[in-house]
Amino acid sequence: MVSFLIAAAFFVATLLFIYGLKRMASPVTAPSGIRVAGWGMVIAVAAAFLYAFDVRPAASEHLGTNFLLALVALGIGVAWAWRSGKRVEMTGMPQMVALYNGMGGGAAAAIAAVELYSGNAQHYGFVVTVLALVGGLIGAVALSGSIVAWAKLDGRLKRTLRFSTQQLVNGGLLALAALFALYVLIVGAGGVPTTGITLFFIAALVLGVLLTTPIGGADMPVVISLYNAFTGLAVAFEGFVLQNPAMIIAGTVVGSAGTLLTFLMAKAMNRSVSNVIFSNFGEEDDGSGGIEGSMKSVDASDAAISMYYGSKVIIVPGYGLAVAQAQHKLYEFVKLLQKQGVEVAFAIHPVAGRMPGHMNVLLAEAGIPYDIIHDLEDINEEFALSDAALVIGANDVVNPAARTNESSPIYGMPILNVDYAQQAFVVKRGQGRGYSGVENELFFADNTHMVYGDAQKVMVEMIEAVKSLG
Amino acid sequence: MDATTAITGFVALYIFMLAAFTGYEIIGRVPAILHTPLMSGSNFVHGIVVVGAIWALLNAATPLEQTIGFIGVLLGAGNAAGGYVVTDRMLDMFKSSDRQD
Repeated sequence: MVSFLIAAAFFVATLLFIYGLKRMASPVTAPSGIRVAGWGMVIAVAAAFLYAFDVRPAASEHLGTNFLLALVALGIGVAWAWRSGKRVEMTGMPQMVALYNGMGGGAAAAIAAVELYSGNAQHYGFVVTVLALVGGLIGAVALSGSIVAWAKLDGRLKRTLRFSTQQLVNGGLLALAALFALYVLIVGAGGVPTTGITLFFIAALVLGVLLTTPIGGADMPVVISLYNAFTGLAVAFEGFVLQNPAMIIAGTVVGSAGTLLTFLMAKAMNRSVSNVIFSNFGEEDDGSGGIEGSMKSVDASDAAISMYYGSKVIIVPGYGLAVAQAQHKLYEFVKLLQKQGVEVAFAIHPVAGRMPGHMNVLLAEAGIPYDIIHDLEDINEEFALSDAALVIGANDVVNPAARTNESSPIYGMPILNVDYAQQAFVVKRGQGRGYSGVENELFFADNTHMVYGDAQKVMVEMIEAVKSLG
Repeated sequence: MDATTAITGFVALYIFMLAAFTGYEIIGRVPAILHTPLMSGSNFVHGIVVVGAIWALLNAATPLEQTIGFIGVLLGAGNAAGGYVVTDRMLDMFKSSDRQD
């Protein structure tokens, strides 16, 4: 009876997960989608405590303690994550997703560790042990790798650790982990090789760290997405070990969805996934030589007034906008333009912000409706028809060098064609380069004017200038 | 773990294959504006790992297994709860022009 209840609960939970994810695929139904999936999780967790009725004989004398420990761990985990999730700023969202994802990978690795140390996995034979080991390896890499990704995006880890033999060392570590796994498999048939299991997990954790440290900040979204897929797979493998269909299906769905998302993101940056992981982007800062002309600056108020008398303005927001928390002021300015009859559209580059779609979230936070926000493919033709383009805190995604300069590290990346607009205003804090460290030709173009200053302050000045016109 | 739902051999492979296509189909049709919430949402979904961690902890027989199991439940719970809150907050913000006040 109890096992039927558990099985039924997992079936309902799995159904709710898939239905919830499906609803998340459209902006209209998305908010209800996450709630549907949330109920699935509540049902599954409640059912998991019914396992207490059917534990292994060796564990039965500890059941009281274990039950209490599970409740305490669940309570602490939920309380901490709930608070941190409620508090984090929208700009800090990517690193929190990375952190929560790493925790999931860690949980999968922990399951593998318990099953291996207890000899349970080995007891069920070769295939189960292999699955436990593979899931443990992937989960441990996702754990330590995600923590490094979080530390980098959060600004806690500034240094990028690189050395020439890195790939050799990583390959060696992977081989070492595989060797320990093999040792566990062969010796494990007769007993529990505790030291071998421990060394296996240590190798996996170090591998995750070394894989992630050389990757530059600009590539971090791809890496987070990849580790998200990793964790999904690790959960699925441990699901096979525990014979838990909810874990298998949910983990596999996330594994494949995450893999696809990773490739979509890498494609948007015109790079392959292996290129992101194995090349040292951001190191070469060449391809800047030979830019002619000079940067011209203009006052915020003049730029605002010239947009006010235009008929079509396209705004290109970048991460700098969000850092300055200027989305709300920007929307105020946009509403003033719209009242005057100016057609305003937002153009979002696929990698604007720190994750694909991150900028959409940041604009949504300010209340900007999603139907005036357009993707690169939808709006790129329109720049040539617009009177002005307003670039705020974006750099590499509007750099024409990606189209023309073959020696540039960003060559080939699709960009927003801001240089085709009648004129471009670029709001920027200083004369520095973008995240990739590449000089931007757009800033030197004849029809480009730079508006220097903090985005928030600039937007306030623009609003005042337009308001003073009546 | 449970004799009534034994998943082995080809049955396991069938489940794996069908679930993989399901995930692919769900993401493949999503507009780019929803990529971040969906990544976060799928991050929440693999929080189901907490269920396995609870099983592992309930079946722990030694202090080592109990310690690792405890950490597993803690991490899994953080994954599920954090993933939910962050996704919910993001999706709550999406509004279209005609839904505005």
